[in-house]
Amino acid sequence: MNWSEFFNMGGYAFFVWTSYAITFAVIVANIIFPIVQRKNVIARIKRSIKREQIELNKDSA
Amino acid sequence: MWHWIQRFSSPKHFYVMSAPLITWFSVSALLIGAYGLYLGLFVAPTDYQQGESYRIIFIHVPAAWMSMFVYMVMAVSSGIGIIWQIRLADMVAAASAPIGASFAFIALVTGSLWGKPMWGAYWVWDARLTSELILLFLYLGYMALQSAIEDQRSADKASGLLAIVGVVNIPIIHYSVEWWNTLHQGATVAKFDKPSMHIDMLIPLLLMAVAFKLFYAAVVLVRARNEALYRDRNRRWVRELVERL
Repeated sequence: MNWSEFFNMGGYAFFVWTSYAITFAVIVANIIFPIVQRKNVIARIKRSIKREQIELNKDSA
Repeated sequence: MWHWIQRFSSPKHFYVMSAPLITWFSVSALLIGAYGLYLGLFVAPTDYQQGESYRIIFIHVPAAWMSMFVYMVMAVSSGIGIIWQIRLADMVAAASAPIGASFAFIALVTGSLWGKPMWGAYWVWDARLTSELILLFLYLGYMALQSAIEDQRSADKASGLLAIVGVVNIPIIHYSVEWWNTLHQGATVAKFDKPSMHIDMLIPLLLMAVAFKLFYAAVVLVRARNEALYRDRNRRWVRELVERL
């Protein structure tokens, strides 16, 4: 089997490769979103820690 | 026993213990998935009826299985969260919903792209397709309830109840091909008889199913860890941990 035959998928190229492409995209999104979410959660907690420390310093001053 | 469960289901303990598992699950999902794809796309023989179009099966069927498996995980952990008030269970349930929705979406879209050349239509209001679409809506409903309710405990209770009630849809999906006249083909693997499928097709299919399951395991851990950090954001263990990052 040569490559052009492989990509042609017996005439079903559009259906087979669109299926695989969409699946790949959804899987990549499922990897990226949680990583971004983790960064956002950590940044948010860091911000609130900083805010509290400023408040604490104000109170003690 | 109870004490042991309490200790091991503490979000802090979970956060620490789950870190190395993520690497193992991701690497094995990648390796098994790559091998499964190789066998499925290059080695498995052409189907005598469907030609090459059947190769969609190697993602369609594992995604459909996973959409139901993840739903069961979500419903059972919601139940554990509601009955025994184990917070980790609620986190796992909330972390599972977007992944399960993704699998249901993949199953529907690839099924649609498979249906067009085989049945002549992208979509028919058939029992199997409709019940799978309802599964996607159940996931979306769970996620909507989670984000709509401010108080976390109420959000977990409301969305958890939806998840548990929605379990009724799972046997409907599975048996839909037997109970109703449907375009969708019957079970070829998950049945008591031996699978009616050529071994060279069955092996890549099962490998892809294992790879999808490992992928879910990795992603659900990452997401549940995010939930643990966020929900415990005012507790000391998270504060100490975040300051070190």
